[in-house]
Amino acid sequence: MDDKEKTPRDAPLLEVSDLRVEFTVRGRTFRAVDGLSYTLAEGETLAVLGESGSGKSVAAQAVMGILDSPPARITGGSVRLRGEELLGMPERRRRAYRGDRISMIFQDALTALNPVLTVGDQITEMLRVHRGLKRAAAREAAVELMERVRIPSARGRLADHPHQFSGGMRQRVMIAMALALEPDVLIADEPTTALDVTVQAQIMRLLAGMRDELRMGMVLITHDLGVVAGVADRIVVMYAGAVAEQAPARALYARPAHPYTAGLLASVPRLDRPRGALTPITGAPPDPAALPSGCPFRPRCPRAEAVCAAERPPLVTVAPGHAAACHFAEEVHGAR
Amino acid sequence: MWRYALRRLLQAVPVFLGTTLLIYLMVFTLPGDPITALAGDKPIPASVAHALRERYNLNDPLLVQYAKYMWGLLHGDLGENYDGQRVADMLTGRWGVTARLAVTAWLFELAVGVALGVWAGLRRGRLADTLVLGGTTLIIAVPVFVLGYSAQLLFGVKWPILPSAGTDDGWPVSYLLPGIVLGSLGLSYVARLTRTSLAENLRADYVRTARAKGLPWRRVVVRHALRNSLIPVVTYLGIDFGSLMGGAIVTEGIFNLPGVGQQVFQSIQLKEGPVVVGAVTLLVLVFIVVNLLVDLLYGLLDPRIRYQ
Amino acid sequence: MSVQEPETAAVAEAGGPISDVRASLWRDAWYELRRRRLFWVCVAELALVGLMAAVPRLFTGRAVNTDCDPNQAKAGPSGAHWFGTDTAGCDYYAHVVHGARPTLLIGIAVTLFALVIAVVLGSLAGYYGGLLDAVIARITDVFFGLPFVLGATVILVAFPGHGVGAMTLVLVLLGWTTMVRIMRGQVIAVRDADYVQAARLLGASDPRIMRRHVLPNAIAPVLVVATLNVGNVIAGEATLDFLGVGLQYPQVSWGLQLNQAQSYVLDHPHLLLFPAVFLTATVLALLLLGDAARDALDPKLR
Repeated sequence: MDDKEKTPRDAPLLEVSDLRVEFTVRGRTFRAVDGLSYTLAEGETLAVLGESGSGKSVAAQAVMGILDSPPARITGGSVRLRGEELLGMPERRRRAYRGDRISMIFQDALTALNPVLTVGDQITEMLRVHRGLKRAAAREAAVELMERVRIPSARGRLADHPHQFSGGMRQRVMIAMALALEPDVLIADEPTTALDVTVQAQIMRLLAGMRDELRMGMVLITHDLGVVAGVADRIVVMYAGAVAEQAPARALYARPAHPYTAGLLASVPRLDRPRGALTPITGAPPDPAALPSGCPFRPRCPRAEAVCAAERPPLVTVAPGHAAACHFAEEVHGAR
Repeated sequence: MWRYALRRLLQAVPVFLGTTLLIYLMVFTLPGDPITALAGDKPIPASVAHALRERYNLNDPLLVQYAKYMWGLLHGDLGENYDGQRVADMLTGRWGVTARLAVTAWLFELAVGVALGVWAGLRRGRLADTLVLGGTTLIIAVPVFVLGYSAQLLFGVKWPILPSAGTDDGWPVSYLLPGIVLGSLGLSYVARLTRTSLAENLRADYVRTARAKGLPWRRVVVRHALRNSLIPVVTYLGIDFGSLMGGAIVTEGIFNLPGVGQQVFQSIQLKEGPVVVGAVTLLVLVFIVVNLLVDLLYGLLDPRIRYQ
Repeated sequence: MSVQEPETAAVAEAGGPISDVRASLWRDAWYELRRRRLFWVCVAELALVGLMAAVPRLFTGRAVNTDCDPNQAKAGPSGAHWFGTDTAGCDYYAHVVHGARPTLLIGIAVTLFALVIAVVLGSLAGYYGGLLDAVIARITDVFFGLPFVLGATVILVAFPGHGVGAMTLVLVLLGWTTMVRIMRGQVIAVRDADYVQAARLLGASDPRIMRRHVLPNAIAPVLVVATLNVGNVIAGEATLDFLGVGLQYPQVSWGLQLNQAQSYVLDHPHLLLFPAVFLTATVLALLLLGDAARDALDPKLR
């Protein structure tokens, strides 16, 4: 814990800037993440919102340093944790940070937990490897963690295997494991997608509670606007590997400045709007190997004009802390 | 776990009965009269033939013969051959030879196969992987007798490093060369299975989780990926031990090892039904017992099986 | 295909226009295969051996066991006899060429029969489950437990003078089990897929579901194993010939040639070498082809 004190106090907790990741598959190279930037403060929740294939998970794995390379390769940008550059850090040191200072939980706890090890083994492993705890001490700590994420009769379940838990309980195990070392940053990659709706809400509440308790910064990756709504302070909308729009959560919901975000909002039923037909976004997510010229959203965009094919739009700031990568950001933002 | 073990045990019983019955039927219903074969060219008096038939239960319906045989087996009696020798005595010495050969081959498969598989699996798509894949495919494609003669020629005769025939030097020296030849096929399958399984498991979600936990790479590989990858390998190794015992005829022949395979092969030609049935029944028993053990081990290795 | 995230991949597997998915699976596999040099080498080898089996006249004017000169027995390769001569002084090259037919015929016939058994029993066991599955599984276990060489020897010795047909039967009898197990596993995997459930809800009959939905989606791995199986059968047949219980003189096969070679290996290695090379090359080509097809059909390992 001491080394945390050495880093500059004023640096943001997590700062990702201009992150670029390429994939090479069967001789073809394409960009999965194309200049992603965001910052995250202590105790803050940043939602990264995007369709599958938008690069949001790849970006998260790049931040964690667990991308498979090959086929993936980080080609540029920087990831700083309290000002300290993580990219290019020697693997030994990087590994010590993983799970300890940045932790990650995954979508489907059934496949993300090792099926042949007991949950006790999998939680204590964190404490034993990173902290050198003895077996008995690690077990006590694990029980405490499991109780903290509200797994009933935790001690009796240490010796159980993941498949013996219900979906929600499994995800709690996953959370207990990820939070074992009280990390500064938690990346949650679709943490509730595999769960029933009622359980989803419980897990989101648990995550938010733990965030406040541990003063963590949380990156919440999701494709589901509903999941984001209650928890996120700020939202980054990703499209085709890049930021389409970023804004404080309220501002984004109230006045989106990118036609894609507007489309997303219009395609979700909302209680605060008159009932009417939902408008889906037409077309399919772009093939990262064959992006259109100019703005990647152009083929699906209701407002596309000639300039959209010619030039890729830069991020335009429409309000403090609110920016969108659209040639018509001002108009879209002002439309309501 | 106990329910699982009991179920496997109960499943093994009909399989044992079925397989031995099948062998019994094959040996005793197929054309060729053992008594006539025994007599050779000289015709034997009808009364003697009748007495012999009586003695070996050959006049009973086949199922009764089988039942009597199984009853004997239950008491450890493998019956006697038509020339009056106890089948158990005929097999005793030979059994040890085949078992030693099979164990040598099996240990070779296990040690070298898994090592090669891990080496290739961790380097998927690179030179080591290509070498292991190419080499093992070649070994699978070469018939075992060609492999046997080549090994004998090269390492027994041309560069006499190892004994190339007989059992004079005892275990393990005499059994090394034949063991390697016999185990080479299984080795190839073990290596390929380990390699594919490891490569697949390294891409599994839980390995990604293990990496996200900041575990040392070695621990990720050994404790998380390899442990899971070895589950199918263990199954294969179990099944293969049975085939090694039963499939050693060719190797025993080339390296002049007086094992069960040789004995059975001769007995088949001589129509010595009791010897064939006795030896093959024992082989099947070994096969089934080893499989049962593997199933139990499987239950220990993969907790998902236990609770089915 | 690849940066696609799990959820879309799952959708593609579970629902959607299945025939498209299936067509693209085969199309992708073909695209993969086509670009591999090794694939074409294997195809060329098998085409060559296939041609030898079909029209041996193309390769040699000599019939088997003609123009033999006992004084020339076991001679090494020469201009007159490319592969040398055999123990009776007959041309070994002609022998090897004519040996292709029975070898290949048995390999393919056995695999086809075993494939039919596997598709029928595997589908029934996997699709209906329950008692039927248990019975089929136990029968499979029974046959699986028979030692191959010993079992085959028992049967073959009882029928002296057997030919290619009998060999095929014996090899099927002792070798049908592996593919049944794989087929069963595949059918179980497909049986519970959403599109099969959907077809069932729409009132499709069991035979129709099996034919239209289960079989086409379950068959690919079984076909891969079948390709590998041809190689294994050929090797097994050669082993029986080698032991002297398979095909008998005056029939011709690579295994039989190896059987005759075994006594002279030390002094006349060419007798072992030529049939062994052809046998190995053919089995190798089949194995590599099967492997390549498996890799091409399995997008996971790309």
